Amino acid sequence: MKLSSAQFKHTARKNLHDVRLQQALHRLQERFVGARAAALTDIDDLPRLRAAATEIRQHALTHLDVYLEQFERQVVASGGQVHWARDAAEVNRILLELAARYQVRKVAKSKSMVSEECGINEMLAANGIEVIETDLGEYILQLAREPPSHIVAPVVHKNKEDIADLFVRHHHRPRTTEIAELCREAREMLRPHFLSADMGISGANFLVAETGSALIVTNEGNGRLVTTLPRVHVAITGIEKVVPTLEDVSVLLRLLTRSATGQSITNYVSVLTGHKRASDLDGPEHFHVILVDNGRSQLLGTELEAMLRCIRCGACMNHCPVYQNIGGHAYGWVYPGPMGSVLTPNLVGLSEARDLPNASTFCGACAEVCPVSIPLPDLLRHLRVRQLEQGLRPRRERGSLRVWAWFAQHPRAYAWASRLAARLLRAVANRRGMIRRLPLAGGWTDGRDFPAPSGRTFRDLYARRTSS
Amino acid sequence: MNSRETILARVRRARTSSDAVIATRLREHPRGPLPNMSEDLLTRFRERAARLASDVQGPLSAEQVPTAVANYLRERSLPVRAVRWPSIGSFEWGTVGMSVEARAARADDMVGITGAFCAIAETGTLMLLSGADTPAATSLLPETHVALVPISRIVARMEDGWDLLRMEHGLPPRAVNFVSGPSRTADIEQTVTLGAHGPYRVCIVLVADAVTGIARPVVG
Ligand code: SF4
Repeated sequence: MKLSSAQFKHTARKNLHDVRLQQALHRLQERFVGARAAALTDIDDLPRLRAAATEIRQHALTHLDVYLEQFERQVVASGGQVHWARDAAEVNRILLELAARYQVRKVAKSKSMVSEECGINEMLAANGIEVIETDLGEYILQLAREPPSHIVAPVVHKNKEDIADLFVRHHHRPRTTEIAELCREAREMLRPHFLSADMGISGANFLVAETGSALIVTNEGNGRLVTTLPRVHVAITGIEKVVPTLEDVSVLLRLLTRSATGQSITNYVSVLTGHKRASDLDGPEHFHVILVDNGRSQLLGTELEAMLRCIRCGACMNHCPVYQNIGGHAYGWVYPGPMGSVLTPNLVGLSEARDLPNASTFCGACAEVCPVSIPLPDLLRHLRVRQLEQGLRPRRERGSLRVWAWFAQHPRAYAWASRLAARLLRAVANRRGMIRRLPLAGGWTDGRDFPAPSGRTFRDLYARRTSS
Repeated sequence: MNSRETILARVRRARTSSDAVIATRLREHPRGPLPNMSEDLLTRFRERAARLASDVQGPLSAEQVPTAVANYLRERSLPVRAVRWPSIGSFEWGTVGMSVEARAARADDMVGITGAFCAIAETGTLMLLSGADTPAATSLLPETHVALVPISRIVARMEDGWDLLRMEHGLPPRAVNFVSGPSRTADIEQTVTLGAHGPYRVCIVLVADAVTGIARPVVG
């Protein structure tokens, strides 16, 4: 996927004024936030379950090498093959080799964010291989040639009218804006592709070390179709997705589906182990797993390691006041919201995504809802420190911080300056105690008034109170 | 150094693994916190399956099953031709006017009849295993999925399903599919629509008697 995180501010500003996008984001917030809260009431002891889920993910990371090797052994034992890819280019090379080996002309894909990271659709198409996205949301995006704007609901930024127009243009059928009809139409258009595809590509929500299984969680059934009908199944996923046992999967699933869509379980949970057995009547003849690093291993053993616990539920973005207002595209890459603001700078480079660590009010909602207790604001703060150390912040910002630091280290000067500022602000305020326009702080006063201080500083009050 | 070695070296540099801890965890596969369930398994299963938009029938005796299935289909003006898992044997489909073939499912099959390895009361979910007599696509390609489930195979939680799997099969088959109602999507305007790429409806027929072949593939 093309990286455009550098245009964060520009896109964010544009999106704030996009009425239709604002309606769509409002709807997302309404549905997902409410559904999650309702679904979690079903759990007796949420803190305990969350601690267990966190322990499983952390344990797997602490012993990642051993679990990956165990996973590989089990895949081989069930007749499959594991490929290791350092980066996107290597994923693409492996895929192309597999496509050549099995004479693949058409690929049916189910949703996979890792494959978005690697840009495999463009690469396969450039090599003359037809690729069909089969998740309804991803299919719509493929027709519209747009990137996803949410990791669970990729097409949240479009409404049914947009989709109706798109379908008329591509399907040449009478226009309908009935959602059920649109779904039926997509089903009818996609069914032949499932049946004629040579290769199915899926992601994996988890990899089970105990059994060598790739586990996928879907609602539409397309994930099952692409892993059952084509001759070859390739699962592409990150190295961090491994968990020890099937029991661990059960714990994580209880939180994943509730946190993501508010479901007690998704329609389909498929545990796929190896290829078609000799006497089986269906299933792929070849089973491959591509384990993708692409920057992940660099996070291990650092202050940012906790990010690798992420199970991609999307709750952090659904609850983020920044995401809720600007939408996913502003983040400029595969992963939006708080988790994207941590991951993207790490996977593509901090200098390419310098606005993302700052795209947070530090309200803490993301950390509060995260099912695997990732301290997202702490991680963002850490990235801000790194940015400053690497000189990646604008000169004016660094200058002001330096000035502030000088005052902070000189208490007398600080007291004097803050008294002066408080009086000045008081003086320019209107009768209701509000300031309409503030030089150097236009970002604040463009959208709302600035409440003026009372005119006295904390030190003044404190001095008065202790003397009386 | 190839990619495998490079990645593992990077991972190892940051790690200190203890093989003993891991071997124990894999061998004992400890359970996490389990949900409490106050109701009996049958009540809970029926209630949860209905919440997921599955149509639940029964419990019925084995000889009532064909009539119940035929009625379900006729009430909804659905075809009474079906494909079934070859593992399902002893039902008189002909006497209720149904034509049922035992083979792998094809794209034009409208009704698929399966059994289930077991059913999970916690969520109202079916657990299906692929196998020589229990192909995976029967519960997937047709627009209507009918599942025959012996009530003796309703277990409490997913963890009980794993234990049953280990006990009766050892390693997992190619595909373990948990099915929780008809396929659905909420991709357009977050509005839930039943019937995406899989079945539009799932009919679960609970069977009171033990019938060979519905609960697990006949090994042999
Ligand atoms: S960071 Fe936490 S809340 Fe956000 S997607 Fe990952 S697991 Fe979910």
